[in-house]
Amino acid sequence: MSDLPLASSPAHRRHGSNMGQPMTRRDGILKVTGSATYAADNHPEGMLHAVMAVSAIASGRVSALDVAAAKAHPGVVEVMTPENRPALAKDPEDRDNPFMFRLDVLQNDRVRYANQPIAVVIGETLEAAQEGVRLLSPKYESETPNVGLDGAESFVPEAVGPGAPPAASIGDFDAGYADAPTRVEATYETPPQYHNAMEPHAIVAHWTAKDRLSIDTPSQGISAALGRLSGLFGIPVENIEIRTPFLGGGFGSKGAVVSPQVLGVLAAKLVGKPVKLVTRRDQMFGPVGHRAPTRQTLKLGIGEGGLLGAISHHTKTLSSAFDEFFEGSSAASHTLYASPAIATSHEAVRANTGTPMFMRAPGEASGSIALEGAIDEAAEACGMDPLAFRLANYAEKEPISGKPFSSKRLRECYEQAAARFGWEERTLAPRSMRDEDGLLVGWGVGTATFPAVMFAAEARAVIKADGSGVMESSIEDMGQGAWTALAQIAADGLGIDIEELTFRGGESGLPDAGVAGGSGHTATAGNAIHAAGVDVVRKLAELATNDEQSPLFGAGNAGVDARDGRLYRRDDETRSESYADILARAGLSEIEGSGTGAADSAAQEHYALHAHGVVFAEVKVDPDLCQMRVSRLVGAFAAGRIINPRLVESQLFGGMIWGVSFALHEGAKVDRRSGKVMNGDLAEYHVPVNADVPSLEAILVDEEDPHVNPLGIKGVGEIGITGSAGAIANAIWHATGTRVRRFPVRIADLV
Amino acid sequence: MKPFDYVRPATIEEAVQAGSMEGSAFLAGGTNLLDLMKGGVVEPQRIVDVTHLPDLSAIDATSDGGVRIGALVRNADLANDADFAGRFPAVAEALLSGASGQLRNAATVGGNLLQRTRCRYFYDVASACNKREPGSGCDAREGENDGLAVLGWSDRCIATHPSDFCVPLVAFDAVVEIAGPSRRREIALEEFHRLPGETPEKESVLEPGELIVAVRLHAESIAFCANQRYLKVRERTSYAFAVVSAAAGLIVEDGRITQARLALGSVAPKPWRARAGENLLAGQKPERAAFERAAEAALAEAKPSGDNAYKIDLARRLIVRAFERAAAGTPNPLPALPASPFAHSPEAAHV
Ligand SMILES: Cc1cc2nc3c(=O)[nH]c(=O)nc-3n(C[C@H](O)[C@H](O)[C@H](O)COP(=O)(O)OP(=O)(O)OC[C@H]3O[C@@H](n4cnc5c(N)ncnc54)[C@H](O)[C@@H]3O)c2cc1C
Ligand code: SF4
Repeated sequence: MSDLPLASSPAHRRHGSNMGQPMTRRDGILKVTGSATYAADNHPEGMLHAVMAVSAIASGRVSALDVAAAKAHPGVVEVMTPENRPALAKDPEDRDNPFMFRLDVLQNDRVRYANQPIAVVIGETLEAAQEGVRLLSPKYESETPNVGLDGAESFVPEAVGPGAPPAASIGDFDAGYADAPTRVEATYETPPQYHNAMEPHAIVAHWTAKDRLSIDTPSQGISAALGRLSGLFGIPVENIEIRTPFLGGGFGSKGAVVSPQVLGVLAAKLVGKPVKLVTRRDQMFGPVGHRAPTRQTLKLGIGEGGLLGAISHHTKTLSSAFDEFFEGSSAASHTLYASPAIATSHEAVRANTGTPMFMRAPGEASGSIALEGAIDEAAEACGMDPLAFRLANYAEKEPISGKPFSSKRLRECYEQAAARFGWEERTLAPRSMRDEDGLLVGWGVGTATFPAVMFAAEARAVIKADGSGVMESSIEDMGQGAWTALAQIAADGLGIDIEELTFRGGESGLPDAGVAGGSGHTATAGNAIHAAGVDVVRKLAELATNDEQSPLFGAGNAGVDARDGRLYRRDDETRSESYADILARAGLSEIEGSGTGAADSAAQEHYALHAHGVVFAEVKVDPDLCQMRVSRLVGAFAAGRIINPRLVESQLFGGMIWGVSFALHEGAKVDRRSGKVMNGDLAEYHVPVNADVPSLEAILVDEEDPHVNPLGIKGVGEIGITGSAGAIANAIWHATGTRVRRFPVRIADLV
Repeated sequence: MKPFDYVRPATIEEAVQAGSMEGSAFLAGGTNLLDLMKGGVVEPQRIVDVTHLPDLSAIDATSDGGVRIGALVRNADLANDADFAGRFPAVAEALLSGASGQLRNAATVGGNLLQRTRCRYFYDVASACNKREPGSGCDAREGENDGLAVLGWSDRCIATHPSDFCVPLVAFDAVVEIAGPSRRREIALEEFHRLPGETPEKESVLEPGELIVAVRLHAESIAFCANQRYLKVRERTSYAFAVVSAAAGLIVEDGRITQARLALGSVAPKPWRARAGENLLAGQKPERAAFERAAEAALAEAKPSGDNAYKIDLARRLIVRAFERAAAGTPNPLPALPASPFAHSPEAAHV
């Protein structure tokens, strides 16, 4: 679905400019009325249902599957196992880049983690396929799995995150630490976490011809998915259609094509019919990515006045037995605090777990909770207010690279949020504040940061004979509001009212909008879209200013402005002409332009590009029963140009709530012997419920960034988690005097 | 899911008869049974759907002035029955602190009593579990067991009974009415669940075919209605099982406690009536020191079964709090966030 019947809210628009307006979501009505179609809502004629059988062990091999029993069940059409799985053109064990992951698509009988797909049953009904899966009654030859951070010999990974070096340093940490009058050393642990988007990884796959594939599946990166499927199935990219108009959350787990999606396509190929495969909630704890656990050791050497003289941040993490993704937590210490000596490093083990992947603020979320805790411990060791300590160590330039920041209004964030929160009233000592009911009150702070990442995007823009506009780019809306924010940019780029815009996205066959990830989609696709609009306007201006019959004739040097579907002479607003008139006189039915958005390598070379912010948290803790609750979060964020403050606030709130989750709720419980996740459902894998979500405020601090990209956009999708989790943990210490260094903090830790 | 027969009896007699056949299971709200069946944890051959039986859905006054609650009364309906909630406010509070609104709308009285443990190894059919498969072992002993029992457990099984509802019920001497193949009988709820011992698979005294038809609360128990509380400590504010819970009730006359009631939840394989704690309170002033002594006595026999020693300490503290709150008077209306230790905090008012 590309021509979305989007409802916009006229109430909040200012004449002539869409960017910066708090428009409500254009797809909101579709969503709240249940008429937005998600991937699994599609039912092509003759569609069959596929259900994965997944492994109950974490390491070993499948020694037997009762295929005959499954096939004998009424309604079961076929059972796909390594024996009969259609061939692939590319080895699923190959990967070409850091954004591609190795797959488990029945290449053999090996089991490398629990919940790994081991067969797929295809049935006329979902129930028949499910029953077929049960009848397979798999038998295993089990081996002892490697479990957890201490389960195997560690090594230094070649790269962390999507290709960053595993170590970085400046100055002499050892000397700085040895000489420091005050030293803090602390080890923090974060658990494995699973994305658990509400919409599971689902696919409806249809081979419309032998070499033509049509797919509905949620994807944060349409072009990457096209490339992946083209490689695996040996068909040209042009022969593949992907529709992903709405994603029910992604959080990084839908950035790369994962095994269940490829199995859906294989199943459709095997049976020669359209097939739907939906990953079950418990099956999402394995083959679709997660955030790896970490154990992070921080050492801080502090001199006179609380000035940091040495920081070291070492992270131990893990990846799967067969693929690489290493949570780059130590990188959090590259950006935030000034110190003459900084050393960061990583080590890792391999475990029998599904491969970890990008999960909202990968590296930054886990790294920031540890760093912000250690910084708090340093402030405590110096007897300083935690905010004053952070200000004393404010980084005026990026510490390791030495580059100036393209913009950094973190000081203003600290000021505005502290004032709003009332931080001045905080007492220094832990356990020194109570509320009127006698509950312990704690106030904590955490600094937030996230890099301003950009990928590459293209857009095509058209102005039609009637003066209306079309913008095309394969944008992905996973709930963040791309349909709305990018349409605002498109309308402004084209100089038309947003009601006059047809916006096509969310599917293949359009100019590549790049990936919706790394908080970089608005910046990347937005700049491409704006440039495409500007390109059309430039062509229109050329037509008009060279046409003697146009009121704009000869305005070439003075220039024109585009708005409301008209061009205006910049030095004489009374002289203007509509797009429709310009095109009519030129005898054109439409005029087309294009644009690109990409990271500016010169800016990257000369500047450190980051969004910044701070979160202040208030928690209340029952002094006897130790039940904790966040009662207030106030954040302030400076993240460049804000396209839609309403959506941005939502993104920041979502991140801050994730911070509550990180600090207090979320974590997979992995059995230390079997390597299996024992709480793989939404009753036992806790995330906050509404009653856990406190009063939230997110202040948007104005920030003009002339360097980061032409529109000055940074990103807001992930920064909200960073800072929040640490602020809450620090507030718990302030409330109770107990420094819990293992997350999530549980009642047992405080009793 | 293993194929099964489905029968829908029209009378209690038919239900009992169908239930007596080997491999039968009664289906009420299905909020626990169906999950277990989908996971292959239990595999009944025959589902006896009791939800259409007549006369099991009423909340009636008994001749002695007590209350009789039909086995099919939905958890939400019972909690929201104003008469009932006025007489047994802690029971209503416990019900409303359990599960979620959707689950409470479906879950029944009988099903709540017989809900199975939440021990993760019980649910994972690939794990060893004596309760699911007698003699196979207990993977919880060396596994993720921080939420499991500190009272009443055996080497064979350290699981807890997770119900909230049963905790005040057992504190206030509820009686379970049972219809069986040969006779009707009744038994105190305190005696209804069994400790695991050597046979953790046997969780209650029900014999094959026996159906819970009602739960009764005596008139005498209503005397506690002015001073009772149910408190539930949990890892998130709602939609979470208890880490530890406690129901406490007092009758106070002339500044002295004449009678006390105390039961604990999520600490033992059954809802745990703590009589030792109660006995110490008779004749005492309703003060913290007395409550602390009662808490000591209630947990005197407790010992950790794994990484859960903290639950013993927590249970002691919770008992003191529950009695303090009970002594302060039953809140009216019920707190917005039932059973929460935060319920008095104005900051919590947004929930
Ligand atoms: C996600 C989740 C969260 C939950 N959280 C909580 C919580 O916080 N606190 C809490 O207390 N509970 C909680 N529960 C459990 C819930 O209370 C029980 O599932 C429910 O009470 C069971 O009632 P039911 O009618 O659905 O029983 P069913 O599932 O129908 O039956 C349960 C068992 O009882 C038997 N049975 C039912 N009725 C009778 C009868 N009349 N006679 C004999 N046997 C009978 C059935 O055969 C079966 O073995 C939660 C459940 C879920 C799924
Ligand atoms: S504690 Fe009981 S229920 Fe849990 S695994 Fe052991 S035997 Fe089974």
